Amino acid sequence: MSTTIAPPAARHGIPPGPRAKRHTVTTATGESATARWILIGTALAYLFLFLGLPLFVVFEEALKKGVGAYFTALRDPELLHALRLTLLVAGIAVPLNVMFGLAAAWAITKGRVRGHALLVALADLPLAVSPVIAGLTFMLLFGMQGWFGPWLKAHDIQIAFTVTAVVLATIFVTLPFVARELIPLMEEQGVTEEEAAVTLGASGWQIFRRVTLPNIRWGLLYGVVLCNARAMGEFGAVSVVSGRIRGQTTTLPLHIEILYNEYDFTAAFAASSLLAMLAVVTLAAKHLLERSHHAARARLIQEQQERQS
Amino acid sequence: MTPALPRRVAPSTPRVRSVLPGVRLTLGFTLAYLLFLVIIPLSTLFVRTARLGWGGFLEAATTPRAIAAYRLSVGASVTAALVNGVFGLLVAWVLTRYRFTGKSIADALVDLPFALPTAVAGVALTTLYSQNGLIGALFAPHGIKIAFTPLGITVALTFIGLPFVVRSVQPVLETLPKEIEEVAATLGADRWQTFRRVILPALAPALVAGVSLSFARAIGEYGSVVFISGNMPGRTEIAPLLIMSKLEQYDYSGATAIAVVMLLLSAVILISAGLLQRRAAKRAV
Repeated sequence: MSTTIAPPAARHGIPPGPRAKRHTVTTATGESATARWILIGTALAYLFLFLGLPLFVVFEEALKKGVGAYFTALRDPELLHALRLTLLVAGIAVPLNVMFGLAAAWAITKGRVRGHALLVALADLPLAVSPVIAGLTFMLLFGMQGWFGPWLKAHDIQIAFTVTAVVLATIFVTLPFVARELIPLMEEQGVTEEEAAVTLGASGWQIFRRVTLPNIRWGLLYGVVLCNARAMGEFGAVSVVSGRIRGQTTTLPLHIEILYNEYDFTAAFAASSLLAMLAVVTLAAKHLLERSHHAARARLIQEQQERQS
Repeated sequence: MTPALPRRVAPSTPRVRSVLPGVRLTLGFTLAYLLFLVIIPLSTLFVRTARLGWGGFLEAATTPRAIAAYRLSVGASVTAALVNGVFGLLVAWVLTRYRFTGKSIADALVDLPFALPTAVAGVALTTLYSQNGLIGALFAPHGIKIAFTPLGITVALTFIGLPFVVRSVQPVLETLPKEIEEVAATLGADRWQTFRRVILPALAPALVAGVSLSFARAIGEYGSVVFISGNMPGRTEIAPLLIMSKLEQYDYSGATAIAVVMLLLSAVILISAGLLQRRAAKRAV
């Protein structure tokens, strides 16, 4: 698409003279119509074939044998158990990581503690570690050959291959998501508003509830959405520590693997479709939140500029 | 590790120390959380390796099966990251520079690999790329097998890595001043020259960052690969899968040795990418 540029005179509302008729040009800082068309076409084809098709195929395979078979597969008690376990694990891991994210962001940005770069790096570390390695570390702690293995056995406590281990591994892999959204956001916001609240005699909890939280709510929600998606979908780490005990420690992603390996494709994709729907909801929420989040951020930057000038 | 760490004292600024409440409490909680959930678990890897001794470590980490796994993991991850470098840049460019219908859907779709659980991606990709799958069937008559080959592994790793490149490049592209392109145009550069000589150098640091993040994600990836890889030792067994199969045989030392090699490998890559990024940033200025 080439841009139709009106000559300067026309832009200023001056009626065009005889020589200044409207003409179509390719601007010097834009591409030709053909180039644009090829670039957009390639990018869209790549996105839809490479990313869109896998999403589509999940639903297609799930519904291949009809809606009846789909809902029968979804009513399977083992699948429902896996779903409940997934919700339980996310229900524990996400709130804990929200608490961590808030505490870490408060200490680092409002408390301006020394060594905060190290804290940020540590909080980001789980993202750089393979999920399988994450699982391995918990087995090295709680497994039979692990550090606490003999002690746990002596006290008749089992952690490896239990729901507890699944929760711990999930907390590990989802630990960074809330913190890494909140830390830069709260850093930008500074401490002036909170300090003003202190001078007005507000307590710590009041400051957090009435001053900080309204400022960070979109960023916080954004982090929660991402954290939750990962918590419900985590596979590698959970696979290692759960022992994949069918009907006991199998979360939804692990149950998909079991069904798939048994060639029960309708059930595997029916279970997958639940997580795919979660992904679609996550994407929509992320998209909407980004808008609010960015709008809030832009407002903040504008306010700061106004204050400075 | 006490919560009573000295807070920053900077007498030259008025903000000497935080007057805000709860800093000790939140710092204590943060440190305890990180200690129990990150530091202690990860340190087990190194303690275990130390217990193996240098000889034992080398023996466990350099079996022919392990070497084949590293080679495959690195090769497939590098290929995937480079493919993402090209297509990620293209997608970021199209999303920031042009208006077209379906743009916001395309933009949201970029994040799908972040949002879609890896196991779901794994079974979906395997179905698509197997010989009678929608895409696999197109290649099968030409004798090209995708699923259960290194090519299939690369496809899965490319899938999960795309958003890293797009989301690194996009913000830089958005804030790139239009003026530099106008200057290039007035100096007689055509669009391709402007892109090559002006825009690309400015994007280089972000592109390097995105590609290296994509690589780092790919090298440790398990869920989306385990289904499509076929898991044949020595041929289609990537390193995370080898760790998994060692664990299934309760060979914790063997698993740890390979894990440490992988961690060191990705640390080296990320650090050298950081250096490369800095060099690119310097050149761009």
